[in-house]
Amino acid sequence: MKIKKMQDLNKLKKSGEQQLFPSGIKITVGLATCGIARGADKVHDAFKKELQKQKVKATVVPVGCSGWCSREPIVNIIIPRMPKITLGDVSEDDIPGIVRNLKNRHIPESKILYRTDAEENIADGRVRKYASASQAATSGKIPAYGTLPLFKKQKKIALRNCGLINPADIQEYVARGGFKAAYSAVTGMKPEKIITEVQRSGLRGRGGAGFPVGKKWEMARQAEGKKKYIICNADEGDPGAYMDRSILEGDPFSVLEGMIIAAFSIGASEGYIYVRGEYPLAVKQVTKAILQAKRSGLLGRNMFGTDFSFNVNVEKGAGAFVCGEETALIASIEGYSGEPVPRPPYPVEKGLWGLPTCINNVETLANIPVVLSRGGTWFSRIGTGKSKGTKIFSLVGAVERVGLVEVPMGISLKEIVYDIGGGIAGGRKLKAVQTGGPSGGCIPKRLADISVDYESLTKAGSIMGSGGMIVMDDRTCMVDVAKYFMSFLKDESCGKCLPCREGTQAVFEILDRITRGRGRTKDIEQLKDVCEAMSQASMCALGKTAANPVLSTLRYFGKEYDEHIKKRRCSAGVCSALIRFSINADKCIGCEACRKACPCEAVSGKPRKMHKISVKKCIKCRACYEVCPVKAVEIR
Amino acid sequence: MDEGTKTIIDKLIKKHKPGENAVVSIFQDVQEQQGYLSEDAIRYVSEKLEIPVSRAFSVATFYSAFSLTPLGRNRVHVCLGTACHIKGADNIAGRISRQLKIKPGETTGDRKFSLHKVRCLGCCALAPVVKVNDDTYAGVSQDQVVSVLEKYR
Ligand SMILES: Cc1cc2nc3c(=O)[nH]c(=O)nc-3n(C[C@H](O)[C@H](O)[C@H](O)COP(=O)(O)O)c2cc1C
Ligand code: FES
Repeated sequence: MKIKKMQDLNKLKKSGEQQLFPSGIKITVGLATCGIARGADKVHDAFKKELQKQKVKATVVPVGCSGWCSREPIVNIIIPRMPKITLGDVSEDDIPGIVRNLKNRHIPESKILYRTDAEENIADGRVRKYASASQAATSGKIPAYGTLPLFKKQKKIALRNCGLINPADIQEYVARGGFKAAYSAVTGMKPEKIITEVQRSGLRGRGGAGFPVGKKWEMARQAEGKKKYIICNADEGDPGAYMDRSILEGDPFSVLEGMIIAAFSIGASEGYIYVRGEYPLAVKQVTKAILQAKRSGLLGRNMFGTDFSFNVNVEKGAGAFVCGEETALIASIEGYSGEPVPRPPYPVEKGLWGLPTCINNVETLANIPVVLSRGGTWFSRIGTGKSKGTKIFSLVGAVERVGLVEVPMGISLKEIVYDIGGGIAGGRKLKAVQTGGPSGGCIPKRLADISVDYESLTKAGSIMGSGGMIVMDDRTCMVDVAKYFMSFLKDESCGKCLPCREGTQAVFEILDRITRGRGRTKDIEQLKDVCEAMSQASMCALGKTAANPVLSTLRYFGKEYDEHIKKRRCSAGVCSALIRFSINADKCIGCEACRKACPCEAVSGKPRKMHKISVKKCIKCRACYEVCPVKAVEIR
Repeated sequence: MDEGTKTIIDKLIKKHKPGENAVVSIFQDVQEQQGYLSEDAIRYVSEKLEIPVSRAFSVATFYSAFSLTPLGRNRVHVCLGTACHIKGADNIAGRISRQLKIKPGETTGDRKFSLHKVRCLGCCALAPVVKVNDDTYAGVSQDQVVSVLEKYR
């Protein structure tokens, strides 16, 4: 059926609702990349098999990632008139037991993470109840969704459907209020009015630079060209960030709807989604979504019976970080190597094939339908003065609860790390938080009260970037981190302009020298000089911002550089040229774990006798350190 | 290049909308089908799309997804993204290197394995991450990675 009128959309919504809230039992399994990596696909298949075997009637539905990645595989069980129950760390072996209990509408407690009594749909503000208050009360000890520290301070707008709906079924997206905003926009709003609404919301681009979305759209609208394009930037280059992948895998229609609204507003008739090649599942899900949308008339000619036509193509990236930069991305779609060109002219004036092109990030676009359906003013009330709305972060590294979190801007870094993330894993100490990827910086523990918004992060020498948030504890060496980013950037520099090509290489060599204990005092000055030159003279933002990881670590962790240079020491115990492994005689129990783990026979010792590490043979791979059950292996 | 390969490449070209910009997508398909981009294949595609050979080579050498030499039957990708880096990915990569006796970017003599470094697989919460062909291994230790490799021998 082609959606032409509101009634058509409502019909689709009805049938979608029946799937979202069926009259029978429903089981959902998070089948995004991170879930599958932990065996969720096997859990999914095991449910299907076991239900059939035990003759229990229930539907099994794949959904996206709910964000609590450390507890994957995550399973939801929805039994009519009972709170929705979420289970974590589910394995294949658990399934027969779970299914057996389902017959009596019972769920064994051991794997339960939380329950959900009711759910707000952020797209329309309506609340849908799973269970009445009295039924919820009988759930007793099981914590409710909103009371868990992980979720309490989150607000999910861009992630609103991830983990809730079947991403391969357009009806379920529509049931969550999807395509209503696009319908209203295309059939009843003037493009200028939409742009004003987006401007009013204060939404800024989530891809890194934070450019006001409404302003970009206005420029694209005013630009002249026989055809215009909209491009969704899904190249997600920041190593350590994966929110765009999660949205594309878990809720691809939200991005399509954002693109439709953008296209209508600026007058574009064709769109591209440029997806990172390393994300095969995301490519598959968007491709499927586009096909379904076309079949339902939600893409294609004369949408909603108007004269607006719009189509979307998928382009797969071929492994180049710089292709996230907009002019390089355009070159890549045009079939060239991905080298940036100087701006201006900006892509909004002269972009793909020389025509006006508006480029927005995945998360930016996923926000758009909610901005329209709830209104710009509603959206602008979330966040701070200049940073509106929410931002998704991939909270990873040394934190207890790793995963994707979406928080209102203006929340403090401390709240994210300690309240949401549950603090540093293994009882260790926070050292720094890296934000903004290779263009960003490291924020030290003493600035943990910092408000997470575009301005504050920039002032602290980092950037918001695309939302990578890597938490580092006292075992991370900050000189090594700087070297890591420079090694990344020198590999990924396209080589077109000299300051970036030679600068990243020169800085890498200095840092490499320092981490090998061959640093000189004047290296610091030289580092600063080259960084300055790169920032000033590079052609694109890759080179212009490449100095940030170095400058921010120099600024906050200068002592560590000094220690490496003057004392030839790495107190974090990372830089292998500067450390030695030994076994503490008082602690060693002679269990032989280290001897067996050592790949180069550097450890000697008899069972139940103290073991020893040969300094000569040791290659400092840490294998012994990692396996020792009593922490007898020491790094000095 | 033999006629069979030509037919295969012709088919891959037909899959895409005509136009010179399809060169990246076509190379992706050829890479997947053939395991690498041979010089002949690059020349053949440039001829068919009517683009300069220099441009075809520039594309083939720019993107890291393309290899100009045949890859191993099993492609081992070790993630060296930020989250994996601070969880010891270098040591995992080192262990794989020693085990297979090749450096990242190389292929074993028996063409069973090739080793690649990748900057983030999008599973950062489960670092360190290693991917062999289409299978992702999360939170791997040095020991585990050795037994993982054995499975593909
Ligand atoms: C080196 C470099 C890499 C970039 N990588 C990405 C990326 O992976 N994803 C993205 O959305 N934007 C990336 N950007 C920013 C884009 O150039 C562009 O600003 C953005 O896609 C615009 O969308 P937005 O306004 O919605 O944020 C990158 C920029 C540079 C300089
Ligand atoms: S950093 Fe390794 S998966 Fe992202």
